[in-house]
Amino acid sequence: MSRMQVVPLLELVKESHHTTTYRFRADLGGAAGQFIMVWIPGHDELPMALSYLGPVKGITVHAYGDATRAMQAFRPGDRIGVRGPYGNTFRLEGEKVLAVAGGTGMASVIAAIEAFAQQGAEVTTAVGARTAEELLFVDRASASGEVHVSTDDGSRGFHGFVPSLAERLLEKHKFDQILTCGPEKMMKLMVDLANKRGIKVQASVERYMKCGIGICDACAFDDRLVCVDGPVFAGPALAASRDFGAYRRTKDGRRIEL
Amino acid sequence: MVDLRTELAGLRLRNPTMLASGFLDETGGSLVRVHRAGAGAVVTKSIGPEPREGYANPTVVEIDGGLLNAVGLPNPGIEAFVPELEEALAAKALVIGSVYGKDAAEYALVAGRMAEAGAAAIEMNLSCPHAKGLGTEIAQSEEAVREFTRAVKDAVDVPVFPKLSPNVADIASFAVAAERGGADGIVAINTVKAMSIAPELRMPVLANRYGGLSGPAIRPIGVRAVYDIYEKVDIPVIGVGGVDSGHAALEYIMAGARAVQIGTALVDQGLGVFERVTKEMGFLLEDIGFKGVAEAVGVAHE
Repeated sequence: MSRMQVVPLLELVKESHHTTTYRFRADLGGAAGQFIMVWIPGHDELPMALSYLGPVKGITVHAYGDATRAMQAFRPGDRIGVRGPYGNTFRLEGEKVLAVAGGTGMASVIAAIEAFAQQGAEVTTAVGARTAEELLFVDRASASGEVHVSTDDGSRGFHGFVPSLAERLLEKHKFDQILTCGPEKMMKLMVDLANKRGIKVQASVERYMKCGIGICDACAFDDRLVCVDGPVFAGPALAASRDFGAYRRTKDGRRIEL
Repeated sequence: MVDLRTELAGLRLRNPTMLASGFLDETGGSLVRVHRAGAGAVVTKSIGPEPREGYANPTVVEIDGGLLNAVGLPNPGIEAFVPELEEALAAKALVIGSVYGKDAAEYALVAGRMAEAGAAAIEMNLSCPHAKGLGTEIAQSEEAVREFTRAVKDAVDVPVFPKLSPNVADIASFAVAAERGGADGIVAINTVKAMSIAPELRMPVLANRYGGLSGPAIRPIGVRAVYDIYEKVDIPVIGVGGVDSGHAALEYIMAGARAVQIGTALVDQGLGVFERVTKEMGFLLEDIGFKGVAEAVGVAHE
């Protein structure tokens, strides 16, 4: 078991008009791809990827719901509850790695990009967003390897969706591992591309969660649980999945189309 | 070789471990995994007549010796749940359908549909805080326990097992009320009402403030409850609360339970817990001179 720790926020970094990184010290481990449950007092508790590992951890949050919008009013010294880390990790296997991230999905893969680079792998990152202002962690990724950028509106880099940018990179270069995180339809495109080309692929999947520890069944994904069997799933499992890119569970447990 | 099979109101279990309601039991895929992991029977999430989202998070707090939860009965409603149940039945799982409602008629309605879809028995979650007109949980009124049990019994032909709350002065009298209502067995205990506060934030952690405590912390309460109930009723008892080893399971068996349910131990031990507890029970029974589980039931009373 891992107890919840209530910790003060040390630093807030505005990444874009809707996304902020919150830094805090907490006595928990954490490896690339893992997540923590974050209690936003009075609002909600949500699963969030660790965007910074090490002693001063970080979460990078897109304000799109009540609780995450409430977080926008947070100041250093305000407290959150954290428990974890939970879930599996990105497996750091491969010499020539392509990381493909869309939107806030970059928060899940950035730690893996840095970990791959640290162990000597050659990492290329394709990062996409709706518009230039929303691109996340381009500088951090650049410190770990080559970065290619796409925007839906063409305000920076490749004009179009990030899987199209990634496909161009796949045509020009050889990769032995692909990591991806972002909107699920985007990840589905990436996983299909990778599987078609016979390249290993890992995708970090997101589902509504309650417990985070493998008991409540809220994050059921096929017959697996995103919180303990994931959040990172590999190409073969995703190719066989009935849910990936197609279905999710509502808060009341009904299976509906994405 | 010790005989680990057990029998409950005509249900034959390959071993005395069951999945407790509320754990890995809202989807067919998870129920199938638990069945394949070796559980003697699986109890579903508590299902009501309509879909329900449950409470806001935080809904679960990990504490010393267990878990505190207030998930608030999230479930897809009986109609959307039937396909999940059918998936579990197709894998040959022995499925017990847990039901709740706001009145006796709703319990009967959901139980009827659950049995019709193939559930081998019905477990009644009586700790529903939303019961109409009672002003309290059903589990805290002996008369309501008897009436609600009777209503479900009249609606189904399969065994009915009311699950009793420990948050009462004398749980055995509630077991007697359930037996008078026609219950075929008693499940004891549900979670113990509890609270956890975050001092740094001066507030309870659970969004619902109150929750139910489960896990090893409540095992002695559960064992005592089963012991008391066994003295007062003739129907079988199913023990639940903090079973995380064969040793813990045998405490319940010797207090009078014919089977045990496992939930919170899944957090630390994962799906292997059912096989592990079953094996440990076998070794321990053999070591202390029993030929099977059945002959150990209630021996602590002798």
